[in-house]
Amino acid sequence: MTPLVDPAYLVGLGGVLGALLRTLVGELITVRNYPASTLLVNVLGSFCLAALTVLGAEHRLALLLGTGACGSFTTFSSFAVETVRLWEDGERVVAAFNAAANLVGAGLAIALAWLLLG
Amino acid sequence: MTPAQTVMSTGTLTSGPLLARLETLALVALGGFAGANCRYVASLLVPGLGGTLLANVVGAFLLGFVFYESRYAGALSAETRLVVATGFLSSFTTYSTFALQSAQSAVLPLVGNVVATYALGFAAVVAGRALARRTAGGASA
Repeated sequence: MTPLVDPAYLVGLGGVLGALLRTLVGELITVRNYPASTLLVNVLGSFCLAALTVLGAEHRLALLLGTGACGSFTTFSSFAVETVRLWEDGERVVAAFNAAANLVGAGLAIALAWLLLG
Repeated sequence: MTPAQTVMSTGTLTSGPLLARLETLALVALGGFAGANCRYVASLLVPGLGGTLLANVVGAFLLGFVFYESRYAGALSAETRLVVATGFLSSFTTYSTFALQSAQSAVLPLVGNVVATYALGFAAVVAGRALARRTAGGASA
């Protein structure tokens, strides 16, 4: 019989991988006064999640790499705090650009995954 | 960004003594394991767009509190911020699932989800900042 809840280590290990890679990108990619590393992980991670979905990854693989790794690699909370920070620093155009760039970038990344692999 | 402005790169995976790097690795990994699973549980409790919205708004509120608390009062240690912010909350919230779920929706729920996630997410950060100011006792603002 299939257990009701999937084992925590699948999503958890993916989450470990995603969080560590995101932290690594955050340390390696630094742009003065712009949260470029968050934009990068959100666009890259959206492409990978869409690719897994388009390729029809098997349930357990989807939990490990999709829900776990891609879900944790990308982040909404850091994006939201960084955007509010830019806004209250008076960098309102940059804040608006950041909000739009994450959305458009992730959208284009998903469309690209569909075009390449669909 | 200067360290004070950066939310993500509080760690030292790539610099410092070996033990400090291992500590950063362990703290981020621990937070990531728990954060991803909590998000997964939220998606099981509230399937579809709602579960992701819930995780993102709650996570944005908590990260707003943790980030501004460290600026106003600084009672939380760097290690606490690493495990809670970089590990747990950044993994608990997600942009990729939000973007993909939106893209897979019809026009009206797509627009509604993007507007709701952005509006409630930014409002949650501001609410977290307000709470941080209150707990700091107005010592600075």
